[in-house]
Amino acid sequence: MNRFAELLDRLSYTPGRNDKLALIVDYFRHVPDPDRGYALAAMTGTLDFKHAKPAMIRGLIEERTDPALFRWSRDYVGDTAETIALMWPVRHGVNRVPDLSEIVEELDRTSKLDMPGRIAGWLDALDETGRWALLKLITGAMRIGVSARLAKQALAQYGDLDIADVEEVWHGLQPPYLDLFAWADGVAQRPEHGALAPFRPVMLSHPVEEADFAKMNPADYRAEWKWDGIRVQAVSDGGVKRLYSRTGEDISGAFPDLIEAMRFEAAIDGELLVIRDGVVAPFSDLQQRLNRKTVGRKQLSGFPAGLRVYDLLVEDGEDLRPLPFDARRERLEAWVARQDEPRIGLSPLIPFERFEDLTELRGHAEAESIEGVMLKRGDSPYLAGRPKGYWWKWKRDPFLVDAVLLYAQRGSGRRSSFYSDYTFGVWNDGALVPVGKAYFGFTDDELKQLDKFVRDNTVNTFGPVREVTHEPDKGLVLEVAFEGLQRSTRHKSGVAMRFPRINRIRWDKPPREADELALLEKMLG
Amino acid sequence: MKAFTDIVCPTPKGLYCPPGDFYIDPTRASDRAVVTHGHSDHARAGHGSVLATKETLAIMGARYGENFTPSAQAARYGERHRIGDATVWLSPAGHVLGSAQAVIEAHGRRIVVSGDYKRRPDPTCAPFEPVPCDVFITEATFGLPVFRHPDDGKEVAKALHMLDVFPERCVLIGAYALGKAQRIIALLRQGGYDAPVYIHGAMEKLCALYESLGVDLGELRLAKDAGRDELMGKVIVAPPSALGDRWSRRLPEPVNAFASGWMRVRARARQGGIELPLVISDHADWDELTGTLLELSPQEVWVTHGREEPLVHWAGLNGLKARPLHLAGYDEEDGDGPQGDNPKAGEAGG
Repeated sequence: MNRFAELLDRLSYTPGRNDKLALIVDYFRHVPDPDRGYALAAMTGTLDFKHAKPAMIRGLIEERTDPALFRWSRDYVGDTAETIALMWPVRHGVNRVPDLSEIVEELDRTSKLDMPGRIAGWLDALDETGRWALLKLITGAMRIGVSARLAKQALAQYGDLDIADVEEVWHGLQPPYLDLFAWADGVAQRPEHGALAPFRPVMLSHPVEEADFAKMNPADYRAEWKWDGIRVQAVSDGGVKRLYSRTGEDISGAFPDLIEAMRFEAAIDGELLVIRDGVVAPFSDLQQRLNRKTVGRKQLSGFPAGLRVYDLLVEDGEDLRPLPFDARRERLEAWVARQDEPRIGLSPLIPFERFEDLTELRGHAEAESIEGVMLKRGDSPYLAGRPKGYWWKWKRDPFLVDAVLLYAQRGSGRRSSFYSDYTFGVWNDGALVPVGKAYFGFTDDELKQLDKFVRDNTVNTFGPVREVTHEPDKGLVLEVAFEGLQRSTRHKSGVAMRFPRINRIRWDKPPREADELALLEKMLG
Repeated sequence: MKAFTDIVCPTPKGLYCPPGDFYIDPTRASDRAVVTHGHSDHARAGHGSVLATKETLAIMGARYGENFTPSAQAARYGERHRIGDATVWLSPAGHVLGSAQAVIEAHGRRIVVSGDYKRRPDPTCAPFEPVPCDVFITEATFGLPVFRHPDDGKEVAKALHMLDVFPERCVLIGAYALGKAQRIIALLRQGGYDAPVYIHGAMEKLCALYESLGVDLGELRLAKDAGRDELMGKVIVAPPSALGDRWSRRLPEPVNAFASGWMRVRARARQGGIELPLVISDHADWDELTGTLLELSPQEVWVTHGREEPLVHWAGLNGLKARPLHLAGYDEEDGDGPQGDNPKAGEAGG
């Protein structure tokens, strides 16, 4: 357990993705089975203990400490698990630190009645980092900045495997993943799919650049709308139905309405959207359904989930992925026609002769639910990852607005000595109202210039945040690019931007010439 | 019989002793001051006279210039001084070099003002000596049961381990310039680290002062005089505010460390962008605070700066009469954290 606690502890303080990967790989290298497999399970969120819950843990600490002192401490620390870990009054006499695997297996096995005593015993045996890790493990809220994908990536890196292969076999396997580690160690073959409805790694596209078109023959390509939703894979196989995100996370729990509609034997690739009466709703509606483990009746009726499908990977057990796109498309269209299900619709092909025709259409795709156009080669097989030359995404040009820099905040990690997070605003009734925050889009040199500007023009300091001069003739205008706008009650301005980034620094422009809020409101329609 | 508050009482300027007509660590200029230690919130300039240890006077001189008071009086630990109708003597507090508890006797009673203190050994100063008393006025910086400082040797070993893991990087330790910085350096030496320690310019004077007062810190070099390559795999000690500052950009990918009792709380470390929190404090932790109160068992405990209510509550649960003082004007430990943005500390160069 100590080694696992140390890993979580280091991960929680390490900002860089590569540094995190290195820490996890190092852990896999030095920790034996089955502990490392349970650690992987913990990081990928596949453990769930039904008798160990946060409320029970609170009960434990209340038995052992003064409630007022606990409350003060909890208020100060801000996190219940951490507070308990820090103030746990150890009863001495326990002389052995349990292994991670012992803890996981016991948590699974122990009855509800025996659970509090069991956990208290472990808390006595562990030091504060160990206690913190144990409580994070039990409550499932790790907050160490490691996604399931990053953990799988670390395994791939450890075993010199392709992440797509790891994702493909993943859903057939169970903790502590002995066969997976044996494969990574090169002492066993790749594990076979044991489970039904496995995930197939998705095929991704490249952004198309102006120069690419010269090498592309329009006749070789098919065009589809690029929907502003969530890419998913819907798999129904021998009665097992699963909805996967593009990274292979199982998100079925949040979409019972869609799962219910999956009455087929196939694996399809498509876009998850909120669809009302056949009309695709904006992304902000879909957001009401995302990042939930379960879903309420209100969300189900108010934000009905649907699919726009664009590829067929498996039909009745037949793997179609080696077939060319056109052949799969023909099968897909026939397949969709047989589905008597309003939630599942075909993402249409857009007829065109020259790419310029699409420029026109792409520009006019004002609908809030379309981001642009996808171009796919008619002869492309379905390949995992991002193979070159087959699929292209051609996004609509971003929206641009000239906004005024209001506040800057220090970055983290390598950027910790730079003011790199910028809050900007636009004019409304002669005053500037904040409309968004951006922390990328600029070069390293521009970052240095921005940082210098912030330091030289600070009018107020609030901890890590600096307020920067913003008067009609004194201040800095930033050209901000963004993908879309949503109404927001959380922002003073009433609007929220999607993917805002600094497109250009307008050193030449005085703040008085920046845009008005009315312009954004017009975009909202 | 006089009340305890006739001997020492809280005022807006700090604790005041009516029979001796002096203040202890006054927050504003006063005619007569007894100063417990050299941290700037306790030792301010401009008093008519100052009674303190020789080390504290030297620290004040280094910070405010030799003429910081017209009348400086050096007191040895245990040496009794008559001021008006009160007797004052100083007893080691174990906080930083020269730190003292002020023991005040009048009307047949004894009140001890702890100043700031800790109970664990510190290679840079004399250890705390408990003084039996009627009233013990304790600090409560870490007056919550979540604050239990671990072994400081193990904390420093973590920093040294980082040097092994990342030989291409340096470990930049943020530490308060007076006391903490010198203690960290001394602990590094105890941990077997004998390479030069690189320091920020803002620490040069106080490190030299410590050495002149007999605290050996080994070879120190100014970080600003060293090239990037020279600093790889080395330890650099700087004021906390320099961590996120432009000063640190020329260092080879520093592992940002921060030595403070607050590092016990993860959110505090993460807010400051700290990669390596080192829980090392010059203040008593919860066990030291409560242990000291039980050891002394005074008639009354008065609690000042920090988390007063929880410690008062604990005292009540343990049968000790206690009350909070609510004194204003004292900083928390390392109030100038890495996000504190104190331009002076960072941009003085060094």
